[in-house]
Amino acid sequence: MPQYRIWDLHCHLLGVAGRTPEEKMATLLEIADRHGIERLCLFFSSTWSKTPTPEELKTDNDVVMQAMSHWANRTHGFCYVSGEHVEFSLAEMDRCIKRGPMVGIKLWVAKRASERNLDAIIRKASELKAVIFQHTWFKQDGTQYPGESTPLDLVELARRHPQTHFICGHAGGQWEMGIRAIRALKNVSIELAGSDPTAGFTEMAVRELGPERIIYGSDSAGRSFASQLAKVFGADISEDAKRMIFSENLRRLIEAAQRAKK
Amino acid sequence: MIDTNINLERWPFRRFVDDAPDRLVAKLKARGVTQAWAGSFDGLFHRDIAAVNQRLAETCQQFGRDFLKPFGTVNPVLPDWHDDLRRCHEAHKMPGLRLHPNYHGYTLDDPRFAELLSLAADRGLIVQLVLSMEDERTQHALHLVPHVDPKPLAGVIAKLPKLRLVLLNAFRSLPVLKAAEVAKAGQVWFDIAMLESVAGIAKLIEQVSPERVLFGSHSPLFYFESAELKLVESGLPEPILKQIRSSNAERLML
Repeated sequence: MPQYRIWDLHCHLLGVAGRTPEEKMATLLEIADRHGIERLCLFFSSTWSKTPTPEELKTDNDVVMQAMSHWANRTHGFCYVSGEHVEFSLAEMDRCIKRGPMVGIKLWVAKRASERNLDAIIRKASELKAVIFQHTWFKQDGTQYPGESTPLDLVELARRHPQTHFICGHAGGQWEMGIRAIRALKNVSIELAGSDPTAGFTEMAVRELGPERIIYGSDSAGRSFASQLAKVFGADISEDAKRMIFSENLRRLIEAAQRAKK
Repeated sequence: MIDTNINLERWPFRRFVDDAPDRLVAKLKARGVTQAWAGSFDGLFHRDIAAVNQRLAETCQQFGRDFLKPFGTVNPVLPDWHDDLRRCHEAHKMPGLRLHPNYHGYTLDDPRFAELLSLAADRGLIVQLVLSMEDERTQHALHLVPHVDPKPLAGVIAKLPKLRLVLLNAFRSLPVLKAAEVAKAGQVWFDIAMLESVAGIAKLIEQVSPERVLFGSHSPLFYFESAELKLVESGLPEPILKQIRSSNAERLML
């Protein structure tokens, strides 16, 4: 395969061999090295609570920071926050991002993105220039969680915060719908992670959004790096577009978050 | 490299860059594939299966003589399915069959399934059993097809020692940890197209012998590079990778 600088937006340590978070991180990096992936962004990897308590949020964030501790030059952490615990989430963002090593927030399925509880969290993230990642899915099989956002929920949030940039995680799973849902909002990007490597995904995203609004991620270790890298390596798009998707777009966001800490 | 899992004709819900046979063959050859085992998307949906198989045989001959190996569809729910099986073997000289129980509306404990497997084994045909075509969460709203439930499979194939069975796209309904149970029941192989988790092939061969793992891409529905990069990600030594890329399929096709 051609060589590109590759930064992976979306990793967990679920199912990775190792006795401690540090060992698991080392294992995951060793596997990432087989593809030449430079950097991994790490999301919660401990409790897997869909509606986390404050204690669970703290545990998950501690585990991520512990995993990153020996790999500051290869990893970036995302702070797990929840619209159910706004005040605690704001404090966690101070602890993990403002005063800690993390660069972004991860919103999963506790509250839909359209709900106004999230506004304070988004204002805080914007102030810190933190990267904002919102999980989204349009599930066709009836397994949508009560608090699980679709891209349309994220669109409502992004409309309320037009100066803030958002990442639409998984592109909504049903990517033909996810891409259309966020198409008109220039402050929303999609990530490619966590769905089957269905041909045509990245070509449609480039055509409808432009390559500057697409970010590679894997959702490892549940997904392989391979199936998700294939969405870019295998796409019938330009080399420039592949470079942007594999790392340039994400690097721009993370470097802005890092500059804001200084 | 032998790709044991490709599809010809059109997927009804999406077009692909490589869904014309000449383009698909060119793409596969450019990636180093030397032989591809082809089923037909039409086989999932059409009732005139005889015509589907005729077209499949002709397309393989026209666009990939000695490269594309046709695997005809047999639907045991259709009247006179036995003749489709006979034609695949005798008229089209196909090396095997591809079955889609979830699209054709039967389960693996249906006596017609066991009969079909038995007749295929008697004729020396390879049987490819497809457990999924796509993620259940992303199917078209008017076309929700559950994965094939593999629970009855070990019991069925244990009675058919001559059967050579390949499970395609198995791992959305068959957990890797359960693969050993199926593999022990008979002559069973697994392709890697829907095998997920990091270094997934290495995890699979902790459960089944590396001789039972085949390269399969599920092209053109999936990006071919997905299966190709899984080999890179596995971290396995070259002799095992060679088995998966080609030797296992070569021996199976003999």
